[in-house]
Amino acid sequence: MTQVSRRGLIGSGAGVAGVALGAAGGWYAGDHAAHATTSGNPTTYPFRGAHQAGIVTPAQDRLHFAAFDITTRSRGELVGLLKAWTSAAERMTQGLSAGPVGPTEGAPLAPPDDTGEAIGLSPGGLTLTFGFGPGMFRDARGRDRFGLADRQPEALRDLPHFAADALDPTRSRGDICVQACSEDPQVAVHAIRNLARIGFGTVAVRWSQLGFGRTSTTSTSQSTPRNLFGFKDGTANVKAEQSADLEKFVWVDPADDQEWLGGGSYLVARRINMHIETWDRQGLQPQEQVVGRTKGAGAPLSGGTEFTAIDLAVKGTDGPLIPIDSHVSVVSPDRNDGVRMLRRGYNFVDGSNALGGLDAGLFFIAYVRDPRTHFIPLQARMASNDAMMEYLQFTSSAIFAVPPGTKSGEHVGRALFA
Amino acid sequence: MRFALPVAALVIVPVLAACTSTTTDSGGAAGAGGPITVTSSDSGCDVSSASAPAGNLTFNVTNNGSKVTEFYLYSADGKRVVGEVENIGPGLSGKLIVTAAEGTYQTACKPGMVGQGIRADFTVRKPAGGAQAPSEDAVLISRAQNEYRAYVQKQADLLVSRTKAFVTAYRAGQDDRARALYPEARFPWEAIETVAESFGDLDPRTDAREADLTSGQKWTGWHRIEKDLWPPATGYTQLSMKERTYYGTDLLKNVTTVRDRIKGLTFTTDQIANGSSGLLEEVATGKVTGEEEYWSHTDLWDFAANVHGAEVAFEDVKPILEKRDPALAKQLTARFADLDRLLAEQKRGHGYVLYTDLSRAEVKRLADAVNAVSEPLSHLTAAVLP
Repeated sequence: MTQVSRRGLIGSGAGVAGVALGAAGGWYAGDHAAHATTSGNPTTYPFRGAHQAGIVTPAQDRLHFAAFDITTRSRGELVGLLKAWTSAAERMTQGLSAGPVGPTEGAPLAPPDDTGEAIGLSPGGLTLTFGFGPGMFRDARGRDRFGLADRQPEALRDLPHFAADALDPTRSRGDICVQACSEDPQVAVHAIRNLARIGFGTVAVRWSQLGFGRTSTTSTSQSTPRNLFGFKDGTANVKAEQSADLEKFVWVDPADDQEWLGGGSYLVARRINMHIETWDRQGLQPQEQVVGRTKGAGAPLSGGTEFTAIDLAVKGTDGPLIPIDSHVSVVSPDRNDGVRMLRRGYNFVDGSNALGGLDAGLFFIAYVRDPRTHFIPLQARMASNDAMMEYLQFTSSAIFAVPPGTKSGEHVGRALFA
Repeated sequence: MRFALPVAALVIVPVLAACTSTTTDSGGAAGAGGPITVTSSDSGCDVSSASAPAGNLTFNVTNNGSKVTEFYLYSADGKRVVGEVENIGPGLSGKLIVTAAEGTYQTACKPGMVGQGIRADFTVRKPAGGAQAPSEDAVLISRAQNEYRAYVQKQADLLVSRTKAFVTAYRAGQDDRARALYPEARFPWEAIETVAESFGDLDPRTDAREADLTSGQKWTGWHRIEKDLWPPATGYTQLSMKERTYYGTDLLKNVTTVRDRIKGLTFTTDQIANGSSGLLEEVATGKVTGEEEYWSHTDLWDFAANVHGAEVAFEDVKPILEKRDPALAKQLTARFADLDRLLAEQKRGHGYVLYTDLSRAEVKRLADAVNAVSEPLSHLTAAVLP
């Protein structure tokens, strides 16, 4: 059987990658019987569709999120990479090896085209979601990088500085992002590792973040998880089943600004460190006052159960039952022009810091239709009014335009480069 | 990855490769026309035949002169070395085996190892009826092996001469001069590091860093002296002149042994390719992180030397690669050029900026460029193998 060289995909343009995609189809049934998955969650989600997977897909439990700098100056090489990535991503989400040869099937002296740590693992619902940062369109001095400057959406600008931002520039921003989510952390890491490998020379990893434990619910079929403060998180999230709200708050309309982004979204990523040890010394009731919900059931302090609507008007003897500076109050749609967002964050613990405290918190990911109206005002309010800010520090910040789903025979972001 | 050059490999001399200068064994691969005898004297270069049929040519070179001599086979324009045998002492002989295709060449003896040498035209003609002309591959492979061997030997000679100058300055207490010579003396070592460190007994005595030592192991070599020349501000006692003599002499003795052993080496195509990617791995793990030259911070010299050696090895096998995988050859050429350009930005005078003067962003850019070369380079060996 003809071997398709993975190396041929990188930077060598349309023809070769097109062949590879075609060839990949032929490999599905045959060769990879040898790597039939043997353990774990066998769920797979289609890679192609109207929207990218990994947004309204029921949030998987594990995350590896990577941001890349584009190092090439060649538009052709960049497109070549997107094609190679599309091929590898489609394969991996379907439980196949990253390259068409496989982790152990290749020439003995050549490095395998798949790194092998996912042999025998089920995909666990692996999704790979791609986004394009402002730096893909213009460099730091505002110069057009790849002839795409006139296609940069107005809303795709570096986020402004917010109070309590202590951003580490080496883990902020990025020209391209890839969000890998799976029920199996090793599968998610395998995906990013293999994509990074394909990208060497065209892109370079700028930073990456592991997350365990989803902190939001993107489907009504899922129960609400807890963040590292110990509270339920994501109760009021926009969910896959709420199609009207998805159209209104998540998916970009082609008429919004740039047509190529129609059916896509904006991804805002913020690494939020929590002062865990300080938080843990707060009384139960003060903790609930900060959040605005009960710690056990997650019910709003205004009464009811978890999914009862919050009522900011209900008053007790000392003012509103839900304190005005509590988190749910500050970010409630009622006080933010009705704005909702689809959050898809993860808990993270990157070991401990130099002082022995947990280097931990929440890696916040939100998908919004327009960050200028659906994220920035809310974040600004939160940064200056939210009682929770005392326990938070924002250490990373990034924004990406997430192109719509990839159609059959196309590569990720094709409409942008068309 | 370790360079695949176990000492045992010395025994398995590839048929196409050149042999050492002191071997007088007349066996082995001789050309269809039999060995050609070369007699080098202080003023003459007598080649027994001015032509030979295409295939494996064997030149048996005898030095009848009073100076050390070398023998070369050059391309028709007299510029490119097709094969060479060096360091043939007075009264000794050496042998060059080279696979040559039909065409015109030049032979040259270089008594005293200087100058253009005593040249003559040499013709490789069509093999006699029935004999097989050498394949294009065999010619390219032979050329790659001869060129790389010549490079490694030159670096090994430089290593000894520069180390001698460095050790002399260090022993004489000329610390400024020794500090200036240190990175320059290390350059040839680093350029052929995958070969030099393949001598498992010598590498730890020569190139061990303090952190590499196991308990009870005596620390000698380059980095022992480095620490003495760039001592920590506190808690360090300078070596006495007697100790300097000991460590300096020991280093010179060891690099000389390395040089002498290298003289006997030949390299297969996959060893050359592995050597190239191995050198880039050395950059990625030790130099771009600033770990190699912990006291002197002259890591960029080592970095540049590793890259130089990797690039030479790549260039040597590139004609083979261009036939087998032209896209990879093109990509590697471009990415080596990117890396060279980036490295050139850090050049200062004859040397480089200190590692500690690089910004974090500059280090990241260098690391990105190293990755950009290393990933495709990891495919070189499989691509050039027959």
